[in-house]
This record gives sequence, structure tokens and C-alpha cells, in this order.
Amino acid sequence: MSTQAFEFTPENLQEFRDILSRYPERRAALLPTLHLAQEQNGHISTEVEAYVAQIMELPIVDVREVVTFYSLYFRRPMGHHHIRVCMSIACMLGDCEGIRNHLRTRLGVAPGGVTADGKFSWEAIPDCLGACELAPMMQLDGEYYGNLTPEKVDEILDTADHADKRG
Amino acid sequence: MPIVKLVSEYFGNEQAKDLAWYRQNGGYEAARKALFKMAPKQVTDEVVKSNLRGLGGAGFPTGKKWSFVPADDSKPKYLTVNADEAEPGTFKDRYILEWDPHRLIEGIIICAWAVGIHKAYIYIRGEYVRPFQILKAAVEEAYKEGILGERVLGQDFKLDLHIHRGAGAYICGEETGLLESLEGKKGWPRLKPPFPAIVGLFNCPTVINNVETLSHLRNIILKGGDWFADIGVDRNGGTRLFALSGRVKRPGVYELPMGTPMRELIYEHGGGIVGDRKLKAIIPGGASAPVLTADQVDIPMTFDELSKVGSMLGSAGIVVMDEEVCMVKAMQTIADFFAHESCGQCTPCRQGTGWVYRIVSRMLEGNGSVDDVATLMSAANNMSGTSICALSDGASMAYRGFLTRFPEEFEYHVKHGKCDVQEIRMAVA
Repeated sequence: MSTQAFEFTPENLQEFRDILSRYPERRAALLPTLHLAQEQNGHISTEVEAYVAQIMELPIVDVREVVTFYSLYFRRPMGHHHIRVCMSIACMLGDCEGIRNHLRTRLGVAPGGVTADGKFSWEAIPDCLGACELAPMMQLDGEYYGNLTPEKVDEILDTADHADKRG
Repeated sequence: MPIVKLVSEYFGNEQAKDLAWYRQNGGYEAARKALFKMAPKQVTDEVVKSNLRGLGGAGFPTGKKWSFVPADDSKPKYLTVNADEAEPGTFKDRYILEWDPHRLIEGIIICAWAVGIHKAYIYIRGEYVRPFQILKAAVEEAYKEGILGERVLGQDFKLDLHIHRGAGAYICGEETGLLESLEGKKGWPRLKPPFPAIVGLFNCPTVINNVETLSHLRNIILKGGDWFADIGVDRNGGTRLFALSGRVKRPGVYELPMGTPMRELIYEHGGGIVGDRKLKAIIPGGASAPVLTADQVDIPMTFDELSKVGSMLGSAGIVVMDEEVCMVKAMQTIADFFAHESCGQCTPCRQGTGWVYRIVSRMLEGNGSVDDVATLMSAANNMSGTSICALSDGASMAYRGFLTRFPEEFEYHVKHGKCDVQEIRMAVA
């Protein structure tokens, strides 16, 4: 497989050098470098892994080990918008299962799936997102949304969808 | 006890994250006092006097932790700030990061001065995107104004501060898992000893402190260790940010003196139970803290008092459950979390968390057997004291809390194949 299929843009290459300068040991730059690569590519493909391994001067297996350990790195293409529904204890008490069921119906794909039009992907996660006062809550891209109801979820998704159409 | 706003002083204040505003309101005066008027040792002494304890959850005395760092080591020393807030039920550090990032930076400077540190990293969980952006802007502003960098506040003292984003792993909140992750590896906790104070980040002496802990330093330096100690109770100095959630009318973060009873938090500050239903159970310190029953609601919230009743104050995430909540369901939710977040390094934890989740799940589905309760207890017992880090112990404690305090619910589930908490709104998955 070609390692040339992915490379950092000139701006990101500069950013990568900045990242390296923060640490006394090169390897410490791995997580931020993977974040940067995912921002650019959307997910960490095998080509991205190979590229990151090369610039980090690491065996590919070391990169793979890290990519598969952490849940925020995607190993396949995800939707244009990604949703995480918190299923932790406080959200359970706020009926996050109702929110999960609603999203499943609305999006028409099981958790972990991507909608056919590629607009949305979603997960229902057992780890707490740290916003229990907003239960039930979810994260859409970077933002937190709380006190969810099925109607509110629809509104949030519609807004994201419309913003794309306008943009 | 009244709400005392020390670290929550600026919560809700949109201007506080702005450096100019923060400075106009006395910001960085504590750091200036430490750097120009106090020897490093004096700073540590004040913190020792304050009885400030590690507010990430372990409650280890902060001043003592600093004093373990060898003064004569020729290696560089590091400060690592634990902003990997991920204990279920805990969301207080997010408030500090979002509303008052400069208070944290000021605390970092004070700690760095006390211990002789020139490089600090804030390890923030990857999901906290907005807090990261706010913090990043604050750090950049602080550099621009000479508050960080080559000469901190004009003093001949260098401090670099970098923010390091995690990537979704609860285990990285465990301090040595955090160090591994910061070094670019998977977050597998290290065997201790050696402790991070001696061999930490990049094999160098390292202080690891929680966001809230460091955020108290501004006031401790300005007003003195005794002043802080007097706010709390014996050996539990000052206040604590209590993150209240679950079936309460007003969930949120409340700053109260250490030693405030849970009843006051839930009924006065939290407005009582949703629908004025009856209180059934309280998780007093994040998901790892064994659940308590309603009759324990008058226990004062201190590290020591909660430990006396076999639970813990932990991260001070208080999750309230009313009479309509099924304890088997609650345990399953927490078991799902631990099974997902066990890092897989130690067999008892990797296997135990999975077994417990599957057994509780089959109970909920009506397929449990009478032996399952004993099997759960045995799995929980085998997860205690048998692994490298405290995740397994925490999970074990949490499981045993449910099993010993609400045995009748588990027995009902296995005998009848259904839930006796009929009113529960949750559909059993």
C-alpha cells in the first residue's frame, strides 16, 4: 500500500513541527499528531497510520496500537456530523434510552453506523461525557446539547443539516 | 452550611475568562506574591497548613505530594495537570475550565514555583472540545502578556505550559495511565513504586494535580493556609465542588465547605427529588464510590466520614436515585461503563468487568439464575487488590455496594425474572 496516499497539508506540517517542539521526546507528539491527521482526513485510515508512523519515526504497529486503544480515533469514514449519546449513570436516570431509541429511528442506522447520505454517524457510549447536569445529553461534533427530548434532538439535527445546505 | 464561592466565584461570569478582566479583579496577584515575596518552601508550607487534599478523587494531601519531589535531582521536573475528568457523575472541572481558566493557570504557576518546575502539561480529555478551546485561548493570552514563558510575571523564572488532548479513555485519568498517554502510548497504568514524584513523566520527577486542587492555590496564597483550613473540617480543608446529578430538581455544581451533609446538598441546594418522590440511593463520589442508602443521607461529605461507612467522597460527583430507580439497572449501567473502560492490562479487571456486565444484563433480561448473585459477589471480590491500578478496585467496590445494600432487588430479579420496581420508566434493554 502506498504511503503517499496521505500527507499533511503545508499548514498542518507546520503545526506538526510546533507539536514536536512541545515535548522533550518525539513519541509524546503521537496523540496530538493523530488528532491533527484525523481533522484533515476525517478518520485514521491505514494510509494515515503509515504516514504518521513515518513522520513520527515509529513502527506502524505502535501507531496502530494507539489508534485502536483510544475511542476518539475513527478507523473508518464517519458521517459529516458525528453524534455521541451519553449512556452513563446520570443520563440513564434521565432516560437516555429514549433518546437512543429516537436517534435510531430518526437516523435509520444502528449505533456505530453512518446514514446512507453520509451526513450523520452516531454512537451510544457507556462512558460519561462529563455533563451530568444536562442529562440526558449528547455531543454533536464538538458541542454539548442537554436536557434532550426527541423533539429537541430533531431540532438539533435539522439545524446541523440546514447549516450544511446553506454553507 | 452556606455556599462559599472560592473556585466557583466566577462561574456564570462571561468576562472572567478574559485576561484583562481577571487581572483587574486581583488575578495573578497570588502568583506575583508567591514569586516575589515567598520562597518556594514557604509556598509549600502554606499549602500543607491549608489541609488542601487532592480533589481529583484520591484525597491525598497536596502539600505532602509536592514535598515528595526530590529537591536535589538533576533531572527536569514536570507538572501534569489532570483535566481528564471522566468519572461518571463528575463534571466540576469542566466548569473551572470553561468559566475560569486563568485561576487554573495561576495555580499552575504557584505550584511550579513551589516545586521548581519549568514545564507543565494540562492533560484534558478529548471530548472536552469547548473547554479545550477556552483554555487554549487563555494560555495563549497568558504567554502574550508575559505571565507564562521565559520570565513569568517578570521574575527570573521560566515556565512553559502546554495543553495535551486525550483521545477517549477513562483510564488516562489514573495518574500513571495519564503519563503513559502523554508519552504517546496507550494508557496502561504503571506499577507503583516508583511513584511519579520520583519517576514520572519522561522518567523525571513529576507532580500530578487535579484542576480543582490547583485552582484553590490563588486563595490559599492570598489569604493563608490557616484561613483555608478553617473553612473545612479536621484534615479536610476548605471547600469542594460538588457535582450534583440524577433525580434532583436542580442538578449542577455547588461549592460547599467540606463536611456539608448530603441532605443539605440534595434538598436545599438541589431543590429536592424530582416529583417529590422518596430518596432511595446516593452515589457519593462518582461511579466507583459504593452506593449509599437513603438513611445515610445525613453523613457529612468529607473524605474521612465517607470512608468510615465503606464508601468514598472520591470525585464528589453525587448521583441521586429515587424510589423508582431499579438498582439492578443502575448497577448494569455502571458495569457497562467499567467493562468498556477497563484498559485490558490486568486479567482480573479485563475479565471481571466483562463477566459482571454480562451477568447483570442477563438478570435484567429475566434470564438470571439464583446462583448469579453469589457469582457476581465472587467476581467482585476477585477484582479487589489484584490489579495494577485502582480501576478494578473501584469497580469492585461499586458492585459490592449495590449487592450488599440492595440484595433484595437482585434476588427478586433472579427469582421472578422481572423487576420489582414497577414504576421504573426505563425500558429494560
